[in-house]
Amino acid sequence: MFEIVRREEMAKGTVILNEIEAPRIARKAEPGQFVILKANETGERIPLTMADTDPERGTITVIYMVVGRSTALFRELRVGEGYQDMIGPLGRSAHLERVGTVVCVGGGTGVAVLYPITRGLKQLGNRVISIIGARTKDLLILDDEMKAISDELHVCTDDGSYGHHGFVTDVLKTVLEEEVVELAVAVGPVLMMKFVSEITRPYNIKTLVSLNPIMIDGTGMCGGCRVSVGGENKFACIDGPEFDGHKVDFDQLMQRLQAYRQEEIQSLEAHRCKLEP
Amino acid sequence: MAEKEPVKEKIPRVVMPEQRPDIRRRNFDEVPLGYTSEMAVEEASRCLQCKRPPCVAGCPVDIDIPAFIGHIRAGDFDEAIKKILEKNRLPAICGRVCPQETQCEIRCVLGKKGEPVAIGNLERFAADFARINGIEGAPPRQKPTGKRVAVVGSGPAGLTVAGDLIAKGHEVTVFEAFHKPGGVLVYGIPEFRLPKEIVFAEVALLDKDGVDIECNMVVGRTVTLDELFDEGYDAIFLGVGAGLPRFMDIPGENLVGIMSANEYLTRANLMKAYRFPEYDTPIPRGKNVAVLGAGNVAMDAARTAIRLGADEARIVYRRSRQEMPARAAEIHHAEEEGIEFLFLTNPKRFLGDDSGHVIGMECLRMELGEPDASGRRRPVPIEGSEFELGCDLVVVAVGSGANPLLTNSIKDLVLNRWGYIEADPETGKTSLDGVWAGGDIVTGSATVILAMGAGRKAADSMHEYLTGGRRLS
Repeated sequence: MFEIVRREEMAKGTVILNEIEAPRIARKAEPGQFVILKANETGERIPLTMADTDPERGTITVIYMVVGRSTALFRELRVGEGYQDMIGPLGRSAHLERVGTVVCVGGGTGVAVLYPITRGLKQLGNRVISIIGARTKDLLILDDEMKAISDELHVCTDDGSYGHHGFVTDVLKTVLEEEVVELAVAVGPVLMMKFVSEITRPYNIKTLVSLNPIMIDGTGMCGGCRVSVGGENKFACIDGPEFDGHKVDFDQLMQRLQAYRQEEIQSLEAHRCKLEP
Repeated sequence: MAEKEPVKEKIPRVVMPEQRPDIRRRNFDEVPLGYTSEMAVEEASRCLQCKRPPCVAGCPVDIDIPAFIGHIRAGDFDEAIKKILEKNRLPAICGRVCPQETQCEIRCVLGKKGEPVAIGNLERFAADFARINGIEGAPPRQKPTGKRVAVVGSGPAGLTVAGDLIAKGHEVTVFEAFHKPGGVLVYGIPEFRLPKEIVFAEVALLDKDGVDIECNMVVGRTVTLDELFDEGYDAIFLGVGAGLPRFMDIPGENLVGIMSANEYLTRANLMKAYRFPEYDTPIPRGKNVAVLGAGNVAMDAARTAIRLGADEARIVYRRSRQEMPARAAEIHHAEEEGIEFLFLTNPKRFLGDDSGHVIGMECLRMELGEPDASGRRRPVPIEGSEFELGCDLVVVAVGSGANPLLTNSIKDLVLNRWGYIEADPETGKTSLDGVWAGGDIVTGSATVILAMGAGRKAADSMHEYLTGGRRLS
């Protein structure tokens, strides 16, 4: 078992943080890499990009939004309990280099994945402009943490309950008009990453996105996570999860992410009684 | 040895009872039901007990076939399993999935005039009898050597190495990337052909013998080879399988509803998606399923699709019936279950609807031309023969390549031009001192028993190395 040593509820309990004991993974993991978690015997294998690692404590941290059957099951796990199975670190680490000014854009729980990448870019001496957003103020996560590692932080909410009223892409446009930016990193909903990539394209700003398609093994064996990148098929698990946003076929990715929509509803329904007393 | 009896070739081969096709095509229970003791004794009595048995030469792990069959004939089933276990620690698995018809049985003297002895069925019987009755027959462990061996991958090659080396007194740890041991036996081969319970039972015996099995360990990622040596392992065996799915590389292949056989079968077998929603992993339940390819994996996929409720499941193959790589028995089972075969047909592109879901394929009719490198006649498209074939699920079962995840993490490991590990065919030695390899990551996709044979050779060589304390090359 992989024991949970710290658990926090964020965004009104819709987002959960788990710090999990896994010394071998913690020692190896780099920003941008992911793990695959499975709660119990009948559980599904769920890939989650790590939000943090602590090699000394021998732990890794994941932050996930409760969206379906499996994440609802994860939410039930308390400190002292744990995941039956976990593997990692998987995928390539994020591309970190000193380029000058970088813009880091995060939406929803994507901010959790963005955080270690942003920190890495900051540590390399880049000037970091971060733009993070959520639907509403209560759903915003890690704004203090992002603030601490950014030279400039812009916060957006779709409903205007906090920070800029509007989308992260609105702020991004303004930033790009005013600043010379060498690199953009975007992590969040697929649609957000798509629009960020479209906005940076005319500026010719290298734009990296972190993808989380459906996969099973995470080691290149099933091919379920294939993504069309520049017309070529790539496996997000071994070639990614980070890709050039200007080359990713986001529309296809969105369709592939919907592959089990019906089953997800069915599965959640079948277990609802157990999950929501 | 049993006394030689008069030749009784008139006794017909005892047919193993099976679930009826119309019933089994809708369940995941095992198809062949096994011999009763009486059936086994009768079948065993057909064996001529040849002095120089040609069947043994056909067995990649050298089982003393006449000897174990002789014990069955005598009704001494305990001795039969002991005899098998001297050479093969996974008999319940091999009895089910080995291609006996091209290995031991094809060499059986009886086969020249009639039907060969059902060696595979008898092996299965002996193993099942032992398991059900709690008979243990593994040879005793030799005294501890103090040497430690790491086995990477818990498929047939790795388990064979583990079994052989634990018996020889070494300490053995098996590292498996998945959450359950067994490799292809668990994620690839379906329940109705090889019940997972049987795999876990044979793995449990190794565990009982002292083999330490660590799941969730992606060697190359979670831990590197160098670290394993640093942690005190004296020798390492790499048996990670081929593990990289091949696709068709034609337009539309990323439509929803098109997946590799690896994905489809892993969902069904390892993740038990056929029991969704009791198990959380979903699997598409296609009504009109096309399986591309005609090997054993393709048969497994098509037969899984039928069991998941398909109205139609079709094998679509670019060559003709006689070039099909699948075992005859698998093809026969598939046909009995109503799988259709569309020969000399190759998809040109996949067709999708507005939501990006596959609805069909545009196919080309093929004809056979001159023999190619494989010795089989090359399929050539017939110009202008395009036609559409409707389907809502496509499983691509056209083979696999070498997965680079592990091999790329090992500096100086010599690979061939296809990315498979270069290993001495006699010893399994790789280019690195203290590192052996075997199974599909060396040969490319092959059979369970060939992987086990490679494991056996590597284990012998590793034992020599560990007890000699130096590299023998």
